[in-house]
Amino acid sequence: MTVLLACYASMAVLAPALVRWLGPKALYAVAAVPAATFAWALAHTGAMRSGGAVTEVHPWVPQLGQELAFRMTAFPWLMVLLVSGVGALVLAYSAHYFPAGEAGLGRFAAVFVGFAGAMLGLVVADDLLLLYVFWELTSVFSYLLIGHDPTRRASRWAAMQALLVTTLGGLAMLVGFIMLGQHAGTYRLSAVVEDLPGGAYLVVALVMVLLGALSKSALFPFSFWLPNAMAAPTPVSAYLHAAAMVKAGVFLIGMLTPVFAADPPWREAVWACGALTFLFGGWTALRQTDLKLMLAYGTVSQLGMIGIVLGSGFRDAALAGAALLAGHAMFKAALFLVVGIVDKTTGTREIYSLSGLGARRPALAAVAVLAVASMIGLPPTFGFVAKEAMLAAFWDGGPWERAMLACLVAGAALTVAYGLRFLWGAFARKPGLDDTDAAPAGPGFLAAPALLALAGLAAGLLAPGADGLLAPYADRYPDTGHAYHLALWHGLTPALGLSLAALAAGFGLYLATRRTSAWRAVKLRLTSGAVYRQAQNGIDRLAVELTGRTQRGSLPFYLGVILVSLVVLAGGLLLFDGPWPHRFRLFDTPLQLAAGGIIVAAAIAAALARRRLTAMVLTGVSGYGVAALFIFHGAPDLALTQFLVETVTIVMFVLVLRRLPPRFSERPLKKVRRFRVAIGVAVGVVAAGMAYVAVGSREAEPISELFPDLAVSYGGGHNIVNVILVDIRAWDTMGEIAVLLVAATGVASLIFGRDKAMHRRGGSRPAPPKTGEHVKWLSRPETDGSHQAIILQVVTRLLFHTIVLFSIYLLFTGHNHPGGGFAGGLVAGLALAVRYLAGGRAELNAAAPVDAGRLLGTGLLVSVGTGAASMLLGGQVLQSAILDVEVPLLGHLHFVTSTFFDIGVYLIVVGLVLDILRSLGAEIDRHRESGDGPENAAPLPEKEAA
Amino acid sequence: MSPNLVYVVVIGVLFGAGVSLLLERTLTRVLIGVVLIGNGVNVLILMGGAYGTPPIIGEAPVEGMSDPLPQAMILTAIVITLGITAFLLALAYRSWQLLGHDEVQDDAEDTRIIELAERDEIPHAKESETEDLPSPVYDAGPGWAER
Repeated sequence: MTVLLACYASMAVLAPALVRWLGPKALYAVAAVPAATFAWALAHTGAMRSGGAVTEVHPWVPQLGQELAFRMTAFPWLMVLLVSGVGALVLAYSAHYFPAGEAGLGRFAAVFVGFAGAMLGLVVADDLLLLYVFWELTSVFSYLLIGHDPTRRASRWAAMQALLVTTLGGLAMLVGFIMLGQHAGTYRLSAVVEDLPGGAYLVVALVMVLLGALSKSALFPFSFWLPNAMAAPTPVSAYLHAAAMVKAGVFLIGMLTPVFAADPPWREAVWACGALTFLFGGWTALRQTDLKLMLAYGTVSQLGMIGIVLGSGFRDAALAGAALLAGHAMFKAALFLVVGIVDKTTGTREIYSLSGLGARRPALAAVAVLAVASMIGLPPTFGFVAKEAMLAAFWDGGPWERAMLACLVAGAALTVAYGLRFLWGAFARKPGLDDTDAAPAGPGFLAAPALLALAGLAAGLLAPGADGLLAPYADRYPDTGHAYHLALWHGLTPALGLSLAALAAGFGLYLATRRTSAWRAVKLRLTSGAVYRQAQNGIDRLAVELTGRTQRGSLPFYLGVILVSLVVLAGGLLLFDGPWPHRFRLFDTPLQLAAGGIIVAAAIAAALARRRLTAMVLTGVSGYGVAALFIFHGAPDLALTQFLVETVTIVMFVLVLRRLPPRFSERPLKKVRRFRVAIGVAVGVVAAGMAYVAVGSREAEPISELFPDLAVSYGGGHNIVNVILVDIRAWDTMGEIAVLLVAATGVASLIFGRDKAMHRRGGSRPAPPKTGEHVKWLSRPETDGSHQAIILQVVTRLLFHTIVLFSIYLLFTGHNHPGGGFAGGLVAGLALAVRYLAGGRAELNAAAPVDAGRLLGTGLLVSVGTGAASMLLGGQVLQSAILDVEVPLLGHLHFVTSTFFDIGVYLIVVGLVLDILRSLGAEIDRHRESGDGPENAAPLPEKEAA
Repeated sequence: MSPNLVYVVVIGVLFGAGVSLLLERTLTRVLIGVVLIGNGVNVLILMGGAYGTPPIIGEAPVEGMSDPLPQAMILTAIVITLGITAFLLALAYRSWQLLGHDEVQDDAEDTRIIELAERDEIPHAKESETEDLPSPVYDAGPGWAER
């Protein structure tokens, strides 16, 4: 079975290409897959007749006890035959239905065959969760098929409605499945049923499962979606909404009834919903003037009937139900396909526009008559056999069955009436109407409905054979002692009498609909469609209200909510539960006090500053203060990096702030501001409290006690911090440099904006010297006039190489002394910054004639490459190797491979700074020179909304 | 471990000043807030490790060394803050370039939804009307009484 499912999946992938290649005729090739399934199922006929089962189990998620478990017994086998047989025929029919060049035909073919596969999986799944997966797959595929023409609003709307209703039911069903599965400890369908819970738990589970089944089969109260789904192309309607998907619900009822029939409210609910659906659907079908809608309501009605019969829970009813299911699939698919031909060849489906088609298209009419005969239960069709079985089963039952019988006979009469009305509407000659013109329909087009209708006839003639095939399913039910068998002739039985009565009543009703208009006044309105619409509007309203209330669109508001939650939750916990330590130190060294004082003063002043530059400088001061704190703590690497980063940050700020207004825009309202400061103070207090408590509560030995030994033996370095970065926790660093690369890309794309400006990110190389011309060291490149600090330029040029050399020194000694890739890269970046500040972008290009993006990419490549190389050499990713070699002249060389990783880091940091200088520096210069101001200056609102 | 009070105060002030700037609408201020909070977090992490001599083997006895692990984490954080700062600055500049200021305005889409909510309407009211849907399904088609 998994092989078959794989065939469906691969065909779904191939189908669009096939259609592009062969046009609509490709659908014949696509039909080969369901046809093969049909043949496969036929090959198992013998096993099915003897009550055997075909099972297949593959492990899926062993940790969760999930398996791909499939099991085919008689009833699933019947469904397999129907979904694959009808599927193949409908696909063949579609090859004629769709014109060449139909838009979206490739997608149609793929989705259709995907749907057929999902349906196959659904009926053979033996695991409740697997069944659910296929169940929802059919919903999704059906959504795509109903919405085949996405340009029509009606089809989009109908597709969405079908999806919402069936998936909502599916979700309820999933809850039911989980309740059953959790109780039983297994999700195997064949095992779950042996260990049922009791009481209210079972009732809830049953109702949930039933909601899924009812919604899928469009039973009351979910009937409304099915007629709307007729917006789909007719082949889709024929397959999904007659033969396949809508059968899933009654199929599930049929699979579960043997176990649940005795547990209220299973049978009661199925009967009530089924009876309402049967009668209401039949009545509404009678009132339609569109042939397709007439069939759609007829389907709703028939599904109600099949539901009643399959949900009854005794042997004869089950036999009748299976027969009805099979019969319905054949005649209803045939009738839909006939309507498709009528629609295609005449251009209408309205019964008051069609006239005399029967005389013009006798073959088509004959097929329709044969199918309708099966629908209304005329001998010798299979429909008749099934109806007899149904009536006989209920005749023999108790008082409730008898009550149901009345309903069934009434429904059957309605079926007869709308069946005849269908034939009359489609094919009869009507007074006052000219005969309808009909384009010819080829034999290929007619073949599929004809085959289906003939199959209904053949099955009727071979009724005893069908009995043998369906009996193994029926025998799972408690036998009431009658052991009914399917046959064309049972003698003069009460069932035959009822059957005749229904035919007579139906015929009378049909005549009445043609003769009088009184019945039209009888309005039967079931409002579940309106309820659906109301619910949809209500949910939309709720969403708007809820979104409007919670999503205010104000950044300070969101942040405020988050921060206040932090204060309340974390602060509250600290207050009531914090183990406040009693021992504390004022400081480790008085120098910390001095640094702390500077940080505190600068930070507060920065928060109060009204000028951008002031705020920025004060922030820088507090940052340098933090660097000092690092030194006094015993963290020279940190201090070095912090100093460098703070300096680069100041450069960046200056580059951007020169363009922004010097002062911050108008301060907000006093009250709001006080509130902000209050939140700030509260968060500060909570953060300080958390720091105090967290550090005071520490008891465990730090893991880093192991690091000194590891650093030397594995990392081959003496600077533990650097070894952590490039070896022990190199993955962190890898992630970090990736973030840097992304940030740099973001900066460039924000500043360069348009694609055509992006090439400037690479800078322009200085013109190559002409032949014979001497390149002078320290020669001034062409300047743009704004940078006239010649002395500064010359000095920076002199110093530049020294600084770069120093940065490389930092890079290579970082393993044993303070330094490393980060510090080295920042120093090199600062060297570039100084060149830029002294001489503008030309000078920057002269100093670094490379593309920042390339530098970043190369850096990442080197770092990742180092990691991958150690893996290729048999070690772990990013593992270091230590090489000690004697090099002539140089002497002993101690080399660790993680240095390469650090080189990558170095390149990325240089690339980041270069990128910043090119974007925030050179490109903003260019904007300034070209007078690019705000492109779309909008005045600031006077006061911001509180 | 006993907490160091200077650190505690520094953390509190950096967070407090940073958060009150973060809640502003000017991107430059928000950015400065982010930088201050970043420094505060770094000091918080630093506090988690022992104070001591630089963690470089051979220069001091291993026993008195400061804890290297928080330092490595902070080093990563410092450089990432640099990247974020650059990005936010570019954002502020771009905002100025497009709008003439660097204020974070209320989201326009959200404002529209709030207006919808105040008017008690639903989005796309027109879309859910059913005029071109298949004939009303619980009744016969339109115009059926005429026949």
